[in-house]
Order: sequence, then structure tokens, then C-alpha cells
Amino acid sequence: MLNTDIYGEFETAWCPGCGDHAILKSLKQALAILEIEPHQYVHCSGIGQAAKTPHYLRCNCFNGLHGRSLPPAQAIKLANPDATVLVSSGDGCSYGEGGNHFLAAIRRNVDITVIVHDNQIYGLTKGQASPTTSEGSKTKSQPWGVTNQPFNPMAVAVAMRANFVARSFSGMMEHLTDMIVQAVRHPGFSLVDVLQPCVSFNKINTFSWYKERCKPIDPAHDPTNWEAAMQVASVFGQTIPVGVIYKNDRPPLGARYKTLAAGPLHERTPNLAAVERIMQTFA
Amino acid sequence: MQLTAATILIGGEAGQGLATVGHLLTKTLVRAGYDVVVTQDYQSRIRGGHNTFAIRTTLPGEGPRVAAPSASVDILVALNQETIDLHTPALTPGGVLLMGQAMSAHDVNALAVPYKELIPKPIFENVAALGVLCGLLGLDRAHPARLVTEQFQKKGQDVIDQNLAVLAKSHDWVEQQPHGFGPLAKAPARGEHLALNGNEAVALGAMAAGCTFCSYYPMTPATSVPMMLAAHAETVGIVVEQAEDEIAAVNMVLGASYAGARAMTATSGGGFALMVEGVSLAGMTETPLVVFLSQRPGPATGLPTRTEQADLTLALYAGHGEFPRAIFAPGTIEQCFHLTVHAFNQAEKAQTAIFVLSDQFLADSVRNVEPFDLAALPPAVLPDRSDDAPESYQRYAVTESGVSPRRLPCAGQSLVVLDSDEHTPDGHITEDLAVRVTMHEKRLRKHALLRTDAIPPDYDGPPTPDLLLACWGSTLGAVQEAAALLRAEGQAVGVLHFTQVWPLNPDHFLPRFAQAGKVVMVEGNHAGQLANCIRMETGFAMTQCITRYDGLPFTARYILDRL
Ligand SMILES: Cc1ncc(C[n+]2csc(CCOP(=O)(O)OP(=O)(O)O)c2C)c(N)n1
Ligand code: SF4
Repeated sequence: MLNTDIYGEFETAWCPGCGDHAILKSLKQALAILEIEPHQYVHCSGIGQAAKTPHYLRCNCFNGLHGRSLPPAQAIKLANPDATVLVSSGDGCSYGEGGNHFLAAIRRNVDITVIVHDNQIYGLTKGQASPTTSEGSKTKSQPWGVTNQPFNPMAVAVAMRANFVARSFSGMMEHLTDMIVQAVRHPGFSLVDVLQPCVSFNKINTFSWYKERCKPIDPAHDPTNWEAAMQVASVFGQTIPVGVIYKNDRPPLGARYKTLAAGPLHERTPNLAAVERIMQTFA
Repeated sequence: MQLTAATILIGGEAGQGLATVGHLLTKTLVRAGYDVVVTQDYQSRIRGGHNTFAIRTTLPGEGPRVAAPSASVDILVALNQETIDLHTPALTPGGVLLMGQAMSAHDVNALAVPYKELIPKPIFENVAALGVLCGLLGLDRAHPARLVTEQFQKKGQDVIDQNLAVLAKSHDWVEQQPHGFGPLAKAPARGEHLALNGNEAVALGAMAAGCTFCSYYPMTPATSVPMMLAAHAETVGIVVEQAEDEIAAVNMVLGASYAGARAMTATSGGGFALMVEGVSLAGMTETPLVVFLSQRPGPATGLPTRTEQADLTLALYAGHGEFPRAIFAPGTIEQCFHLTVHAFNQAEKAQTAIFVLSDQFLADSVRNVEPFDLAALPPAVLPDRSDDAPESYQRYAVTESGVSPRRLPCAGQSLVVLDSDEHTPDGHITEDLAVRVTMHEKRLRKHALLRTDAIPPDYDGPPTPDLLLACWGSTLGAVQEAAALLRAEGQAVGVLHFTQVWPLNPDHFLPRFAQAGKVVMVEGNHAGQLANCIRMETGFAMTQCITRYDGLPFTARYILDRL
């Protein structure tokens, strides 16, 4: 195991008490366990409070656009199969603005790990409803109460047979660390949805609200059993099961690109002999 | 009398094989040593509708190379009655109509081809049509025979023999007809030429530039570029990924580029509209981005399969905020190739978004070109491969040129931190407004670099012309031909063609404008977008702007009629 000091110590712009602090700590812990040094991985993010995470770590960082963390992350992994690629993103960023990319990324199954800081609210833009905000919640932008039914990322990911689907809670740091470690180790698209209190804007889903409900999944649960996983994934209420919900071993996309067998794309030089041959077919 | 030029227009429904006949004849003509320029007009449907494939062929060597469609037709090949009804008015007085036996001509020199007698099965109709056309034009029989042999190589000797028999029989048949057409004068011997369309040349250019990653979402008329890259992906070493949408496509390209791939995307106006935020991301993160933007008429879905040059301002202003970019606009097949190679190098050199702006006419226009000299290409501009002092590496180090050494993540010990927010030289988010000013100015300094490298417009004509015809991109051929016709009448006419439309260096063209009597811009949009851009940059107002926006490419006739 590496020393977590190598990931640095930075001043953050997060509110005191925000769940993001604990997620960052667990993340460093997981990286140390995985023995991934800062120069060996790329941390991608979109925009939002969660998306600031890579700035608070020593790492290679691609902090792109709101909702757009997944397309660059997948491309980075395809361009450099040697790199470990992680994504930190919010529930608005991943399931709202980036919803199409989320579905496509599951289908594409590139070997990346996505950690969604799911605080059931928009933090950075100050408290509007997110796709996971529960029905009836009153927010500044929905003073009459949210009328949309919440998005269930676990059920969707399991339904689509994502390669690795897990849930954790920022108040269970050891558990969270373990989920991240398992997710990174698992080939293909891995999703860890992390419930996280937003102390400033979400007065409903507070630390104690999550604490009371989050319960480790029954150890007898077989994450390779899709039907059982669908059952676990559909539970979100008085109890919220945390742990590995589903696992699949579909080969990651990169493995199916013959071009990538020769290693990172940045090492290539133009193959002019091949271009010459292709050009001759037009004679 | 022997002909030095001819226009063959094949018309029919989509799915009738007109493009197959067209391509076979085009290749035959190129191999026989003639120059060709193909114009394809098709509707947004897979079967039915009315489509045309027009080949304009000329004997090389006399005057400027013809590179535009012709308004008139010498051989009209009708695969259905509608073609006869629509295109007979364009038939020249000495021209000939080739049609099926069940069709009726309108009082023109017509040959009804007895396909039933010439071919054993309908599947041979394309080859029969080729034989008849080659006979009409008086082409050497060896060229089509060799082409047909190559075409059916994979199907075995039996199929080859059957096709060769049809070819010969059709050729014999037409020679016995009193058609009074042609023949084409024999072309002088020349080295091998390729028959390439604009998009094929762009794809070859990308491969020659060492493109290793292409992500795209299909949209006519850009799609054939990624499709060709996909076809050769494993041979050349390219990852081609069809994205879920254009937003993903451009963001993937940026991710791949960050990781060190030479990456591009290809799209048309509607798709590009979705990429705009990503273009801005390229500007802020200083990530090389090559966008192949093939124009078609808008707004919105517009005319999906027709041509226009109306996305210049979109490319120029795409993205919020201010950042440098360059826009190249090829007008020939050679330029499609070389400007694509150049785009990759400029994207890496200036670490920003670079555009290759083409259009449907050029995309589908097959022409003959000499094989590109790959060995003579400039060396590829590549990222900084050193890993010295990784602890102090700063992705956005402030430099005099504005360009910071670009290292690659996971390729050494250096950490590469990139951010869409305003950032410090080491790449981290900042709200320090003094840093903002420093970084903004650093990025914008790269504009000067792109401007210094600006490719001067090509000029052809006398030093002080009475009339200067300015144009950009694919409009070149029609403008050159209009100029040639006016010169033949004794007028002093110059042609100025912009292959780079941004940034502009006024020293490259203002003196020319000043020396000309009248300056007329010819461009395929309603507003006169390049004319406006030149006026904005220099204050120079064109005497006249000839525009076209009916979905069809310019012809010399169209320009002359409006002068
Ligand atoms: C295209 C675009 N639309 C909107 C925004 C504004 N915006 C920034 S963060 C954000 C929501 C963030 O919420 P979430 O993803 O849940 O992350 P959190 O801040 O809660 O961690 C929005 C709408 C933006 N930056 N870009
Ligand atoms: S606003 Fe909410 S999510 Fe953002 S830092 Fe504060 S507590 Fe965390």
C-alpha cells in the first residue's frame, strides 16, 4: 500500500460538513491500496461541486464540461490503455445533463470507474432539483415540490447490465473505499453511486437521514445474479442497500479494438506505407 | 470532328445503379488520360427520387484545368423517362440521348439501347451502359475491359468473362449506330492518376497526417470520411468510434487528443451546432482539435444532400468566449488532402481548434489527381516528449508565443492538469482575476502565430485586372472557368482563391483588390459571408457579390449571367 501523502493536501472550496470531503479521503485511500501513483492515472470530471475533486488530488486531470465527463474519460482510456481512468461527477452532471452519455458509456463498456457524488440536489448552482431528488421535495426552483419521479441509477445500470454497479455512503468511509477499490479492479465500465449529504441545500436527505437508511446488502446476495440484482437495485426508501449490487464480465471495449493491441496511440507514427497502398486502390 | 470535351449526365432513381455506371466511366476516362470532374445531385432518400451523376471530361493541357460542373449536357443517359423530361432542355445541339427502349425522346438525337438483346440478365445493365458510353466516346476498348476485369476479380473468371462479353457486345452495337457523336480526341500519355473525391482525399490526408482517433456521429455529407477511416482503421492504426451524439464526439476527440492521439471529428452544420461548447473547451484547455466540417444548406436540417457555403460564420464564431482558431477551405482534391495534413499540424502547433471547411459538392466530386507524394509531406508536429523536471511541469506555462509545452498524461512522471474553468499555469481552477487576464492574453497570443502562418490566397491573372473574381473553397473551379471565358473575349480578369479563410492577413490580398477595377466575390450563401468577414477585418467593400443558395454548385454560366 502506498502512502496517501503522495496525492497531496489541498485547500478545497467545499462547505464544511459536505460529504465530498469524505469521498475525497476514501478515494485517496483507495488509490493507495490499489498502488496507483499520481502519474499513472487520469481523473476526469464535469462541472459541479463533485467535479472539483481532481483539483484536490495530485493527478493527471481532465476537468471538462458539465455533463461531459464520460466522453473524454472513455476516449482517454481508448487512447492510452495503460492509464487508469477515474471519473468524479455529480448526480446532475451524470444523470441529467450527461444522461445520454451515461447510457452510452454502459453500452460501450470502456474500462473506467465512475464515482457519482449523489447528493440528490444541484450543489454548485445552489439547490435546484437534480434527477435523483425525491418526488415532493420542495426546492428553490420547485417551490411546489418536485413532480418528476426520481431517476434510479442503480436500477438503470443493472437493467443495462453494466459491468460493475455499487452504491455507498460518504458516512461509511471504509465501505466506500472498498467499493472504489473493487470498482477500479473490475474490468469494463464500473459505477459507484455515493450518497452524500449537501449540508447547504438538501435539508431532507441529511447525514442522519442516510445514516439511518444505508444498510449493507445481505452477504448472501449474489451480484452475478441479474434478477436478484434488479431486486436490490429497486430498493430505495426506508432502507437503502449499499454494497456491490451487480457484476458482469463482458470484455471491455478496448480489448476489442485490434488497433489498441499495439499500446498507447501517442506512440504511433504515421503509417505512410499503408497510406500509399490505400492510395493506389484509387488508381 | 474530334471532341476535346464532353459532359455525360446519367439520370435516374436512387437504387438504379447510376452511380455505379458513373464511377466506372469516370475511372475509365481517368485511365485513358482525360481530366474529369464529377457532380452528384441526389435526394435524401435511399430508393426512388431523381438523382444525377454528371461527368464533365476534358482533354488535359489546354488552358486551366476544368473543375466545375457544366450547365449543358452532351450525352444524356436516361435510366427513366423523368430524366428525359427534366434534362432534354440542357442537351447541346450535337448531343445524344441514350435511353431504354420503352422510353420516348423529345425530338432530339436519341439512341434506344436494346438492353434485352445485349445482356443475359438485368444485373449486366451497368456494364452494358459502360460499353455503350465508351463506344460513343470512342475510347480505347482496353481501359474498360481492364477495369471490369478488376471489378469482378473476386467473383471468378466466369463472371469476368460474362461481363467482358457484354461490354464488347455493347461497344459493337453502338459502333453500328448512326449516332454522329464524338469521338473524343485521344488524350496524350501521362503518368498514373487517381480518381478521388473530396472526402476520400480528406480521409487520405488524415491518415497521412497520422490521425489515430476519430469519433463522429453520422451526418451527410461528412460521414464518408469516418467511414473510410473505419475501413482502414486496423491497417493504418486508427480508433474510430461512433459516438452517441455530436456532443460526445467532440468531447471524445478532446479526451483522446489530451492523451496524445492525433484526433479529429467530422460533421455537418447541424451536428457541428451541437459541438460548439466542445470547441470552446478546446480553446480554454488548449487541446488540439481537428474538425472536418462539410457544409450543406441550412438552417436546421435544410437540404440534406445538396451543397452550400453558409457555415463559415458558424465555424468562425462557434464557441463562447474568445480564443484563436484557423479555418481552411479546400477548393481542389489536392487541397482537401494537403490542408487536412496541415490542419493536424496547426492544431498541434497552436493547441486549439482547427477547421477544414468543405461542402457536399466537393465531398462527392470525383476528379483525377496525381498520386500524393507522401515522402514530401512536412514532418508531423508532435507534443513535447520530454519528461524533464516533472515536479515543476506546468501545462499552461506562460510563454511569449502563447504556446505552452504540451506533455501527455500517463506517458511519464509529469502531471498534466487541464481545466475548463479559468486556471493557473499549473492547470488548477482559479478565480484570481489577474491570473485570468494573464491566461486569456496568453491564449489569444496564439492568434498571431496562426496569422503569421496564414496561407496567402492563390492569385491567377494580370497584375491590374479590370475585374477580380474572389472566391473560397469549392467555388474555385466555376470561377476559374468564368474568368477563362471572359479572357477569351479580351477582358483582363484575375481570380483570387482563399484556401484559408481565418485568420486573414490583409497584406495578402488588399493590395490586389486596390489594383483591380471591380472586385466581385463569388460564394455559395446569401449573405456573402467571406465578403462580410473581409469588410469587417479591413473595411474593404466588394463591388458586387454573386451568391448561390439553391443547393446546387456554381457553374461558369451562372456567374457570367450575373456579372
Ligand atoms: C452546459 C451547462 N449548463 C449548466 C451549467 C451550470 N451548472 C454548473 S454545476 C450544475 C449542477 C451541478 O449539480 P451536480 O452535478 O448534481 O453536482 P454537485 O454540485 O451537486 O456536486 C449546473 C447546472 C454549466 N456549467 N454548464
Ligand atoms: S453546496 Fe452542498 S455539495 Fe456543494 S460543497 Fe456545499 S455542501 Fe457540498
